[in-house]
Amino acid sequence: MIEKIVNDNALKSINDTKGRVHSFQSLGTVDGPGIRFVVFTQGCPLRCGCCHNPDTWEYKNGQEYLASEIVSKALRYTSYFGKDGGVTASGGEPLIQADFVSAIFQLCKQKGINTCLDTSGCILNEKVKKLLSYTDRVLLDIKYTDNDSYKKYVGCDLNSVISFLEYLNAKRIPTTIRQVIIPTLNDNDKSIIALKNLAKKYKCVDKIELLPFKKICKVKYDQMGIPFPFENLPTPDGALMKKLNELLNA
Amino acid sequence: MEHANWNGFKNGAWKDEINVRDFIQVNYAEYLGDSSFLQCATKRTSKLMDKLQDLFKQEAKNGGVLDVDTNTVSSLTAYKPGYLDKENELIVGLQTDSPLKRGVNPFGGMRMVKQACEAYGYTLSEKVQEEFKFRTTHNDGVFRVYSDEMRLARRCHVITGLPDAYGRGRIIGDYRRVALYGVDKLIAEKKTDKKAVAEGGFTAQKVKLSEELFQQITFLGYLKEMAQSYGYDISQPAKDAREAIQWTYFAYLGAIKEQNGAAMSLGRVSTFFDIYIERDLKNGNLTEQGAQELIDDFVMKLRMARHLRTPEYNELFGGDPMWITEALGGMGENGKTLVTKSTFRMLNTLYNLGPAPEPNLTVLWSNDLPDGFKKFCAKVSVDTDSIQYENDDLMRPIYGDDYAIACCVSAMKVGKQMQFFGARCNLAKLLLIALNGGYDETSKIHIGPQMPVMDVDKLDYDSVRERYDIYIAWLSNLYVNTMNAIHYMHDKYAYEKTQMALHDTSVHRFMAFGVAGLSVVTDSLSAIKYANVKPVKNEEGFIVGFETSGDFPKYGNDDDRVDVIAKEITHEVITELRKTPTYRDAEHTLSVLTITSNVMYGKNTGATPDGRPAFAPFAPGANPMHNREENGALASLNSITKISYDDCRDGISNTFSITPDALGKTDEDRVNNLTAILDGYFAKKAHHINVNVLNRETLLKAYDNPELYPNLTIRVSGYAVNFSKLSREQQREVISRTFHESI
Repeated sequence: MIEKIVNDNALKSINDTKGRVHSFQSLGTVDGPGIRFVVFTQGCPLRCGCCHNPDTWEYKNGQEYLASEIVSKALRYTSYFGKDGGVTASGGEPLIQADFVSAIFQLCKQKGINTCLDTSGCILNEKVKKLLSYTDRVLLDIKYTDNDSYKKYVGCDLNSVISFLEYLNAKRIPTTIRQVIIPTLNDNDKSIIALKNLAKKYKCVDKIELLPFKKICKVKYDQMGIPFPFENLPTPDGALMKKLNELLNA
Repeated sequence: MEHANWNGFKNGAWKDEINVRDFIQVNYAEYLGDSSFLQCATKRTSKLMDKLQDLFKQEAKNGGVLDVDTNTVSSLTAYKPGYLDKENELIVGLQTDSPLKRGVNPFGGMRMVKQACEAYGYTLSEKVQEEFKFRTTHNDGVFRVYSDEMRLARRCHVITGLPDAYGRGRIIGDYRRVALYGVDKLIAEKKTDKKAVAEGGFTAQKVKLSEELFQQITFLGYLKEMAQSYGYDISQPAKDAREAIQWTYFAYLGAIKEQNGAAMSLGRVSTFFDIYIERDLKNGNLTEQGAQELIDDFVMKLRMARHLRTPEYNELFGGDPMWITEALGGMGENGKTLVTKSTFRMLNTLYNLGPAPEPNLTVLWSNDLPDGFKKFCAKVSVDTDSIQYENDDLMRPIYGDDYAIACCVSAMKVGKQMQFFGARCNLAKLLLIALNGGYDETSKIHIGPQMPVMDVDKLDYDSVRERYDIYIAWLSNLYVNTMNAIHYMHDKYAYEKTQMALHDTSVHRFMAFGVAGLSVVTDSLSAIKYANVKPVKNEEGFIVGFETSGDFPKYGNDDDRVDVIAKEITHEVITELRKTPTYRDAEHTLSVLTITSNVMYGKNTGATPDGRPAFAPFAPGANPMHNREENGALASLNSITKISYDDCRDGISNTFSITPDALGKTDEDRVNNLTAILDGYFAKKAHHINVNVLNRETLLKAYDNPELYPNLTIRVSGYAVNFSKLSREQQREVISRTFHESI
């Protein structure tokens, strides 16, 4: 009896964990395997020059939800998930709301829903470790392979990302490494080979995805009245992406 | 009965009675594999198709109509045989004596035919006009009995697109019967039925049926004569695959020579053909390549079918459609799939002959369909945008496993059920009429119950609903009675003799009503309920607009607060319709479908409380209004699944457009994701989905340079069209629709 009350209280506190959300995408096909219900959490400590969601930066701007509310939304889409799909937490940076995302993922796991975390890997603390214990796959953004670029264009240290990756490897959490290809910054052979060599060191990495840098987010920057740092950089064409992918898979 | 041409087929009830379903069930071979066996177009096929493409180009250059025979009234034996390429065609038969030449069919109404001829620079001959001088057309009949109120409802466009001046269509003959039994056996059966009708009380209904049977028998005779002119004797069953396809096609051809119905659908022939093809393959009389050639040739013939229409008609049904709908796949009642290799061959025509709107290929989707078939369908959708999907798991329990789709979304048992088509009423306009107390501001017509204009600063949901209910009840009654007039006269003056000869004599009838503007009215009521809606009046005191402030939930976001309104309204409309008895005791059904008429409906409707400006297009069918979706594509699909098929047995149409990038990164991802979407959507008891996988940019390019995209096919609302054949206005509306994109 007492045990039941303790469990009920624990579940209630998980259900009632609060967090801030920017928006939802009910048909996510590019953030994890299969069809994903994507929760874009609000707030990010980084300021990447290529960021396509500047409207998710400020934590206070989101809308507050309970973890249980997020999961009831997700449950409306389970019939579309098939054998591969599930829920993805993206952002923003989900790691700054590790308690919240952890609660969501824990509830998802109770319902048998696959969980996927789309992150920059910039934070690793006990709360994040708990979140990772409910995570089926991590989509880890490795934005550059050198610390100078990280400092200049991201605002954090490459080493913190590497520590995160080491933890994923230790816990054997399947990982997809993703990199946005930004011409003049990381579209050279050397950078791709460095990325490939980095990934090779970690058994948990089973996939690397190169994503083309896009500028359709410029309208968001304009609406917010702030400059888009990479506005003047070119976008990669199909031929370049093909070449880099071939190099990656060679 | 036994017949030499049936050698090799297994016995069953089908030998003793007209029962095509039984023949299929005992003889067909399900196919569980993938598409790797399929063959490309042969040289012969490509040569023929090139010739046809040239004719299509000439037709487009000529303003949409290649030629019109203004001297001959279209019927089964009215024209000399015509060919595309007599030496090389495997399947023969044209509607007139020359490819793409259109006939005139004044049985539905003379005025429409005259106007249609004039629209394309022709003049209907004196001869035809003379022939019809003392003849009543369907249109004449209807207008002899229309009440004043019916005329007003038509004129103010609260009910529109009624089949009162053209053929009603939406009837599917069981064209397979001609191939399986031969015409003589069908005539003999009908004669037996006719004899039985005269026995017992010869009531008005029975006298009417007896005369109809007389007409059916006569036209079966004409059908034989028509085939004979091409050198074929179809009095006996078909002896091989080529004959089975040819006989079936002749039956369909007879129907479209006799009738110019809006939708002249084909039924469910692929698995039936497969039985003949398998027999020939087994006997060594046919190769896979030969089998594909037969299907390709058949489909080429279907792509040549044409009717002559007026520009006003094209506004409702854009793109010159025939709705030659072929239902593919599905499951049998015994749990075995009805997918055969010929189901694949039929889809393969979209590769061999190129993407095209016709035939309107409709996949009956079941969760239990074989994986290889699901994947192939998804691939065809991604590659061609030419197919639509309907929920077999939802329909099979109601219609069994030998039903087909008339037009876009209307299910019926083949040869056993038919429907009286009824276009649709405009729910958004009805709301405005209700608020104005029985006055349509757009047409300045007073109609319906007369009461004061709603005189408030802020519209109150309960009072608006209460008043709207009164007008829904009024319109429903008027709508049923109008349909009764139309179909009484259609039976009397333009009865479908060939098609009904290919039905059981005792047939179940549906009367299919429809609604347009569902998402507009749903969002408008949501705005009234959750935001502040202030009516804006003109000097005469009528409401001409609204000031809406504050946010409100919008249909298409999987938000039950508003989605439930769409469900309630459809339930209310069908419940009200059922209160008025129908002609011939037809069963009332309802659809949420608009074809391309959502543009025209919008054009005739003032500003609405949801913020839609006056005269702006509605969303098509059951789709949410454009660009009001905030949670992505599946949220919008979920909203639509909340409308009950039990309320809308004539179909709930949804057109879904997504960019290739948003569907997945690789071809394989796209195929897998689309399959998952379809499985997920239909598991939620959704009824229908049109799938377009394309970029808005492609449409913009095609809008600016139509000549570069002559074959760009897109799904619009229960059917597919060549984008280039839509009016500029319709094209702009398609471009403005929601495209689910990845960011």
